[in-house]
Amino acid sequence: MTVFGFWLYLMTDCILFASLFATYAVLSGSFAGGPSGHDIFELPFVAVETGLLLLSSITFGFAMLQMFKGNKGAVLGWLAVTFLFGAGFIAMEVYEFQHLIGEGFGPQRSGFLSGFFALVGTHGLHVTTGLIWMAILMYQLNKHGITPTAKTRMSCLSLFWHFLDVVWICVFTVVYLLGVL
Amino acid sequence: MANAHDNHHAEAGHGSVKSYMIGFVLSVILTAIPFGLVMYPSLPKNLTVMIVVALAAIQVVVHLAYFLHMDRTPAQRSNLTTFLFTALVIALLVGLSLWIMFSIHTSMMAK
Repeated sequence: MTVFGFWLYLMTDCILFASLFATYAVLSGSFAGGPSGHDIFELPFVAVETGLLLLSSITFGFAMLQMFKGNKGAVLGWLAVTFLFGAGFIAMEVYEFQHLIGEGFGPQRSGFLSGFFALVGTHGLHVTTGLIWMAILMYQLNKHGITPTAKTRMSCLSLFWHFLDVVWICVFTVVYLLGVL
Repeated sequence: MANAHDNHHAEAGHGSVKSYMIGFVLSVILTAIPFGLVMYPSLPKNLTVMIVVALAAIQVVVHLAYFLHMDRTPAQRSNLTTFLFTALVIALLVGLSLWIMFSIHTSMMAK
């Protein structure tokens, strides 16, 4: 039941992201004389970000499989790898945002950039929250072992983490790929 | 008792190394093709847009099936139902918002 309740939260989160996507789509042509997606997006950079998130999805899957087998050490190992991939993704995103703001292309520059920062920033905040959650779970797993409570928490984080990867598919397609075209 | 039930629920259909690898390989292919098409343009723009969007939709389904383990088993029934309802809400929310805003845009331009 706990996991289903968490699933319902994720569904409402879907609607939050849908609103941000709709906002972005409406604003995506409002450049106000500023740069367009074609001018500022670096696709090879985004491809690496995508790769990191995709790798973190499968390593989290391996952590779940090890958890059901009861190998605490392997769970912690895979979670640590997942954490590093996720942290790498966030580091790249922070770098991208800093770079854009440094160039004078912050969210206040145009409607397009407001929509971009709101949507991509919200996804980034979700991933950051997932990383904090993961660190706390690693501490708890290490201290208390694979308890039934830990299993439930891992199942929820698993849904959250894979869900964020699904949102990222929509982000890189709608924002970056269609933005550059 | 409640916990025991939760565990059973959580463990139902949690995949295998094989299913995760299939999902991963499919995702890599479904990511590489659209990036390739946009970075090295070789097709007409409209066709590229359609292919990129279609591949993203397929990749979302791949993730739902192989990573989020959504299927039609009884254990997943309520997850699937709520997801389909959410998908309907999203389609209405995004579709109608865009319809309204772009109609306004067109009407304003005409005047």
